[in-house]
Order: sequence, then structure tokens, then C-alpha cells
Amino acid sequence: MEAELTKQTNRITHVFTKKSTGLLNVYFTAGFPNLDDTVTVLEGLEKAGADLVEIGMPYSDPVADGETIQQSNMQALENGMTLKTLFEQLADCRSRVSVPILLMGYVNPVLQFGVEAFCQKCQEVGVDGVILPDLPLDLYLDEYEPIFQQYGILNIFLITPQTSDDRIRLIDEHSEGFIYMVSSASITGSTSGVSEQMLAYFDRINAMNLRNPRLIGFGIKDNETFQMANQYANGAIIGSAFIRLLQENGADGNEIAGFVRTIKG
Amino acid sequence: MTVLEPKTSFEVSNKGFYGRFGGAFIPEMLYPNVEELRQNYLAIMADPTFQTEFRALLTDYVGRPTPLFLAERLSNEIGATIYLKREDLCHTGAHKVNNTIGQILVAKRLNKQRIVAETGAGQHGVATATVCALMGLECIVYMGEIDMERQQPNVDRMRMLGATVVPAKSGSKTLKDATNEAMRHWINNPVDTHYIIGSVVGPHPYPDMVARFQSVISEEIRTQLLEKTGHENPDYVVACVGGGSNAAGAFFHYLHEPSVRLVAAEAAGLGVSSGHSAATTALGKPGVLHGSRTILMQTDDGQVTEPYSISAGLDYPGIGPLHAHLFDSGRGDFYAIEDDEAIRAGFQLSKLEGIIPAIETAHALAALPKMNLQASDVVVVCLSGRGDKDLATYSKYL
Ligand SMILES: Cc1ncc(COP(=O)(O)O)c(C=O)c1O
Repeated sequence: MEAELTKQTNRITHVFTKKSTGLLNVYFTAGFPNLDDTVTVLEGLEKAGADLVEIGMPYSDPVADGETIQQSNMQALENGMTLKTLFEQLADCRSRVSVPILLMGYVNPVLQFGVEAFCQKCQEVGVDGVILPDLPLDLYLDEYEPIFQQYGILNIFLITPQTSDDRIRLIDEHSEGFIYMVSSASITGSTSGVSEQMLAYFDRINAMNLRNPRLIGFGIKDNETFQMANQYANGAIIGSAFIRLLQENGADGNEIAGFVRTIKG
Repeated sequence: MTVLEPKTSFEVSNKGFYGRFGGAFIPEMLYPNVEELRQNYLAIMADPTFQTEFRALLTDYVGRPTPLFLAERLSNEIGATIYLKREDLCHTGAHKVNNTIGQILVAKRLNKQRIVAETGAGQHGVATATVCALMGLECIVYMGEIDMERQQPNVDRMRMLGATVVPAKSGSKTLKDATNEAMRHWINNPVDTHYIIGSVVGPHPYPDMVARFQSVISEEIRTQLLEKTGHENPDYVVACVGGGSNAAGAFFHYLHEPSVRLVAAEAAGLGVSSGHSAATTALGKPGVLHGSRTILMQTDDGQVTEPYSISAGLDYPGIGPLHAHLFDSGRGDFYAIEDDEAIRAGFQLSKLEGIIPAIETAHALAALPKMNLQASDVVVVCLSGRGDKDLATYSKYL
């Protein structure tokens, strides 16, 4: 009953009921390029028409990330970014933006913060979901699922071209919101482009008729790759390309709007 | 060579936990690779043809068993009976090769064509490049840019052996970052590549697999000590701990022998509270790094702290989860050894016994005067490697 309620009110779930194609989720690193840019970028993305926003919690050892996102993490940490500061920055963000917000990062800072305290804070400031690539599915199910559910925080799982059908079914069963489809066997920021193999993987997943919507991430960088993702899934996630924009132009509302317009076409 | 049944092991749970430490905290992109290994490693290692091949290479290629040497002059100086387990006499000059021989045979049985590895001191990189040359597999080694400078001879050795050495330029540019880069490489090449981790770190099953390959060290100690003293068990086994593979191997068959104290020497750098240290158990808290929950040097915010040690092989902010458990449970005694103490111990062994130890190993020797040893005590020190690679550092103290 309680779980049903949170499902209805969660902004991520809601955005997928309104729209089933062409959803754009944009990743940026908190506290980058300047410590106080977090909310500026968040607001800029909402105004620009991003459908979801993924805020990176910077970490010293981001093993699933390529150079661009690694460097934004290092820069944010040098700027003094911490999880505590991030929650302070987001404290009244819900009076300004209504876009679904996800926090993306690595499990160690969350463990140090305390998983329950973290979920509680997420709920308090209005974060809707979390992506923690190195939190394993079995540990999440054994130890953390009830805590996430209690605070109505969706835990988003990744699948890759190497993930077996059985495991995808298991992930689908325990997912709410959407499934994050990693486009190829790679870290973020790969530039390998769209291959036959990739399309075969997208087709395979489509044929599985999963209960959750899917967003394709890794390697999405322009309108062409975004359109491709829309053909095979409900939308796409873009990260490194947007980080490069912020790196070059700072947290500028017009630049952000122009970027999102170009991607969406 | 007779194969002794282990009296014990580290008793890892099927999810890879040692008490509250261990597990497999990996992104989904690594799950298939690690799962393939987890499902196969025990069966592969138990296969008699594997064992025959592994044992033959340890004997004929590595030069095992390595001697157990009674260091009489050092014993007099310390005031106890000190035996040295001569892993420095392994082919390539350190214990690291015990593990790389084992893992390359596993990789071949999993039909992998390429090997990726990380290295700190370069010993593991050399040991990996060596077995890749032996087996004709492509080899890519990530090494921190700073470590490439301070361990230059090993960089040249790896290149001569046909490996590609890639500088890790992120973060602190040392072992931690080389490990990140090797993991990223494995994510990008999931099907045809095996990652040979160089210590008892990483996601399950790595700590267990590496400990099993290194367990030959204590297997031999038991037999050799029995021959020499009439007893299998010493009073102490001492080893240095970077990630902890030579220590895991030296402790393995003594874990459940309560009369044997297990002593681990960590690198304190310029001093535990100097801000320039790698003394993980003294400075760390439980946390997750490189796929396992262990004791980790980190900030309150959970960012991994950049460690420091004069020794590239101990310059790591974590320890293997099985050692975190030994520490947590009180089964192991952990000593923090400063740079200067290690250097002095390295010179002492060179002059007293004619053996120049690796600076990593010198940390284990430097623990001896701190242990309040009695004249009747029998101590085995794992002499994990030789010091040729460290001459540039040692020569600053000549
Ligand atoms: C000679 C020697 N001893 C010890 C170590 C530390 O590794 P471990 O703690 O895994 O034995 C190294 C690592 O490079 C080494 O070269």
C-alpha cells in the first residue's frame, strides 16, 4: 500500500506516464565547474526542457567513468564539494524546479554518509532516484531495498550488452522508474559510435517486453545518437558531451538551452 | 612435490565475505567478467591437469620450493630465532609470480587472449609480463606515472618482456590509480581479456583466488620448518602488507593455529599522523574500494585519501578484505613501519646476511625489534622480494 503510494507520486515514474518517447536525461557533476553552479545548472536544464536530470556526486575513484567525467569529479572535489554540501545546495530546489532529479555516484560516500540518512535526505530535498553503479544487485536486495522503499527513493539499475537475459529479468523485477541501458561495453565518454552489435542488443532488449521503460546511455552525444536511442528505447542519457559544454562555457543558461535544443532537434 | 591438504583457509563466504569485509562491489559492466571467474575458478583450480601444470611451472620455472634460511647473524642481533622464507629467490625476484603463474593458467582455460594488470613497484607487472611472454598472450600493464619514475628498471624489464606499459595519470598517479585504469580497461574489453590482479584485493573471487595461489608459501614453510626444527609451527609469521598477498600466502596454513601469531607490517611513510602515510589499519575506516569492502584510508566524506610510502608496493590506501578481517577479529598484529625504519632494516639485513631485500620486505624486517621477542621464539619472516629494483632509493642513504 505504502509502496503503491510512492510509486504514484515519484516524479520519475510520473514523467514516464506522461511521455513514452524522446525523453532526455542530462548528467552533470555537482559543484562543477564552480562549487555553487549546481542549482544554476539544474534550473538551466529544466528551463531548457530536459525531462530528467542526473546530478553526479563527485568521487575520487570513479571506475566506470571516462576522462571527461573523471576530471569533472576531480575539479568538483577540489572546489570543496561534499555530499553534505550537495544536500545543502539542494535544500530548497523544489521551490524552483519540478524536473525529476536523480543522484548518480559511487557507493563509498553513501556508505560513509549512512544509507538511511542518505535516503532520508534525498526524500527531504526532493531527490527521486539514485544510480550507484557499484552497489551490487544482491547486496541491494539483501540490505538496502527496504530502506530505499521506505523513503520512496528509486534505485536505478544498469544493464549492458553482456548482461544475461535471466539477470535482465531479475533487474526488471526489482526496478522502478526506468532501466539504464549502457549502450556498449565501455566506460562513459566512449566515442565508438553505433555498431551492428549495438543494434542487435537493442533489438534483443526490445523483444523481451520488459515492464520498465528504458533510457540508453554511454556514447550519446548529439541529435543523431539521441534519435537513434529514441528508436530503440524511451529516450537517452547524455553526460560527457554536456560536461564538455560546461567546461568550455561555464554554467550559462543560454548555452545550456542551446545544447538541449541541438540534442532534441 | 607433495601437496599438503590445507589445514585451513580464510573461509570466505559464498558471496565473498570475510566477516564484514569483502564482497563484489562492481558496476554492472564488470559483472559478467567477475561472475565468469567466480563460477569457474574453484573448478579450474581443482582440476588435476591444472594442478600438475601449475606445480610443474612453480618447480621448473619459478624455482620452488624457495629455501627457508636460518638467518643466524640477524637472529643474534634480534635475540630470537629468525628464519627467512626466500621468496626473493623466485624467478623475477618476488612472490608475485606465484599468483601470475596461477592466473595465466586460469585465463588460458577461460580462452582469454589478452591480459591486463596494474602494478605499483613493478614487481607484479614484471611477473605478469613474464608469464604472458611464456604463454604468448598480449600484456598491458597500467602503472602510476610517479611509480614509473621511481621504479624505472622494472618499466624497462616489462617492455623488454613485450608488455605495453601505460602510465596512469589520474588521481595520485600511483597504485590505486593504476588499479582504476586496469579496471576501466577491463570494462572496455570484457570478453577476450583477463585482469590479473596483483594482490588479495578487488572483488570476490580475487582475494580468495590470489590467496590460494600464494598459499604455497606457508605450505612450504610448514614442511621446511618441520624438517629443520621438528615443529611445523613457528611462534610468529611476519610479512609486509601492501594489498597483502605475500602475507596471505605466508599466513594461509597457520590461520587456525592459535599458537602462531600472525604479524603484518604496514607502511607508515613519514609517520602515522604525519599526513604522509599508508598505514591503513591505523588510519582507515570500513569502506569500499576496487570492488571490496575493506579498511580504507578516506575522508569523512568517503573520498579515498592519497597514501604515501617510500615503497611503491605498499603505497595503497586499502588492504585485502581478509586482512581487514584479521585486524578486526584481533587474529593479526599490525605494526606501522616508517620509511626510515624500513631503510635501516634493509641495510641491516644486507650487512648481516648478504641479502638486499625489497623496500616493501624491509618493512616486515623492521617489525622484528618492535615485537618484544623472547630468546626462545621462532620467527618466520616472509622475505617477499629482492631489492635490486630499489637501488636508486637505497643509494640515497649510502
Ligand atoms: C617485494 C614485494 N613485497 C610486497 C609487496 C606488496 O604486495 P603484497 O602486500 O600483495 O604482498 C610488493 C608489491 O609490489 C613487492 O614487490
